[in-house]
Amino acid sequence: MALLSVDELTVTFGGRGRASKAVDGVSFDVDQGQVVGLVGESGCGKSVTSLALMGLLPSKGVELGGRADFDGTNLLTMSQRELRDMRGSQLAMIFQDPLSSLNPVVPIGVQVTEILQRHRGLKGEAARKEAAHLLDRVGIPDPTRRLKEYPHQLSGGMRQRALIAMAVACAPRLLIADEPTTALDVTIQAQILELLKELVDEEGTALLMITHDLGVVAGLCDQVNVLYAGKVVESADRHELFAHPMHPYAHGLLESIPRLDAPRGEPLKPIRGSINDRIAWADGCAFAPRCDYYTMECLTGTPALTEPAAAGHQVRCVNPVREPVEIATLDTPDVTATAHGGTSA
Amino acid sequence: MTAYLIRRLFAAMMLLLVVSAVTFAIFFLVPRLGGQSIDELAVQYVGKDANPDSVAAVKKNLGLDQPLIVQYYDFIKAIFVGAEYKFGPDASKCDAPCFGYSFRSHIEVWPEITQRIPVTLSLAVGAAVLWVISGVTIGVVSALKRGSFIDRLAMAVALLGVSLPIFFTGLLGLALFTSQWPIWESVDYIPITEDPGEWFWNLIIPWCSLAFLYSALYARLTRAGMLETMGEDYIRTARAKGLRESKVVVKHGLRAALTPIVTIFGMDFGLLVGGAIITEQVFSLQGMGAYAVQAVKDSDLPIVMGVTLVAAFFIVFCNLIVDLLYAAIDPRVRYS
Repeated sequence: MALLSVDELTVTFGGRGRASKAVDGVSFDVDQGQVVGLVGESGCGKSVTSLALMGLLPSKGVELGGRADFDGTNLLTMSQRELRDMRGSQLAMIFQDPLSSLNPVVPIGVQVTEILQRHRGLKGEAARKEAAHLLDRVGIPDPTRRLKEYPHQLSGGMRQRALIAMAVACAPRLLIADEPTTALDVTIQAQILELLKELVDEEGTALLMITHDLGVVAGLCDQVNVLYAGKVVESADRHELFAHPMHPYAHGLLESIPRLDAPRGEPLKPIRGSINDRIAWADGCAFAPRCDYYTMECLTGTPALTEPAAAGHQVRCVNPVREPVEIATLDTPDVTATAHGGTSA
Repeated sequence: MTAYLIRRLFAAMMLLLVVSAVTFAIFFLVPRLGGQSIDELAVQYVGKDANPDSVAAVKKNLGLDQPLIVQYYDFIKAIFVGAEYKFGPDASKCDAPCFGYSFRSHIEVWPEITQRIPVTLSLAVGAAVLWVISGVTIGVVSALKRGSFIDRLAMAVALLGVSLPIFFTGLLGLALFTSQWPIWESVDYIPITEDPGEWFWNLIIPWCSLAFLYSALYARLTRAGMLETMGEDYIRTARAKGLRESKVVVKHGLRAALTPIVTIFGMDFGLLVGGAIITEQVFSLQGMGAYAVQAVKDSDLPIVMGVTLVAAFFIVFCNLIVDLLYAAIDPRVRYS
């Protein structure tokens, strides 16, 4: 059985009349020790999905539907008290902007030790020692000194490392990373990805990687789910997805990546329109207005997830693309080649 | 840090010097520009039995015939080293800090002020404790229960508190609790050194009236600050750690919302210690404010000067403390 099994998750914001569905029936599994990617552009519902799983969405004005079974228990129906016990110990999360995600007026040490105290009952010197050990483990040099410092005294990369230290402090079984590298420099991005990979490999922690960056997906994820307008439109093994993207959206995403070996002056290939040009899933395929392959058939109700080619490669499309994308030099940070250099962060 | 402190102390001294110069100019230069002669000024000291001889003597003894700049220098000098004054036959020594003599009563200004500082300080400290605790608590609860009945009720009461002047709420309090339901017989100031219990008991109505006004302000301020900080990303991080909501609110939310509250508090408190004029009038407390009002009514310039300077000192001092506290509250503030 999967560690996390999300089934037809829906998140609806707003009250009656002007409700808007941010997540519209998302299903995916994360196995023990697996790295699963949730990919999509801004507004496709990926962050909301992660917040819903953590129970961090506001209780007012938000309606959750479907199931999200973590180790057999539905996270969505848990009480806040039960969720609080899970958060930080079983489920942990890393956020996008490390500066705003750390409290500017509380020392790093306190921000790390409070989670140790909460879930592991460590206090005083023992907590400080463990916190220093954690900072050391995520590659922060001179951890005892750093514990006394404030977030503004750390570099961007070190802040994200500190947040990762907090997230892994209680050896969670599932780590959710919501665009953990977006706010960082490219070189630091690679280091952070490398660190995550290392931690996941060592501990056997499952990682749900939420990103819009296909480079991150290519370097890290075992399984990839492509989200569009609140629904999974394609789900496949990483190699399978990059070799044969079948949903026109996934296909378009891969094709839009600039190629270094492309002839000079060749125009980039964007996906036309924006995520606002869409129809309701109930009426047909939400991507249809932007799709180069659409037919009248696309406008007859929600397309079902099918496996038109390989087993385990699911596509929500009536006209799946059969031609492969030419990806000669995918813009992938080569995470294994980057030195694990915390000192330069 | 030490360099910063020295610099700030120096700046504070300069500021006080400017305040003293401006006050001095207002009370000694402006009347003269308005046509008041030195003789008329001297007559105020002499009082009823003024005759040309006594006026001339006072002029000479108090240095009123000197250029203004010299008089100002003497005034400042007296604060630091004291001075000697002669009224008629007897000379009297005025020890440092000497703020001169009252026109009316011919007694030293400084001992009079030091007698009144404890009254105003008692009033201000008690009220401040009340308004900070109640204001911040109400603000936090309102922010957390935003839009609820409690929030709306609290904010309506806060609006009332801000709008109602102290001479209304204070008098209402007196009327209700000394005559309608006479829990208190009257409100008198009993020094804390004499009888702490009585001191406390007598100050309850003044404290509450004053705190009502201020806590309303602080509740609104805290609510606004909390609404802002509780929406920050680091609150989400704290919740993601599984911390209890009370810890998230106090340790992460309130902690970060505290800076503007401390700033305003420094100013409010400093201002109040310099004299809670209306409150002291309403409750007939003989504090700095009441003393200042009496002095202005009597045109007793030395007292006005003294009270103004002491009040300015408190404001400057409280603001200095606040600036130093900043570093403790917000580590991003550096002393430079």
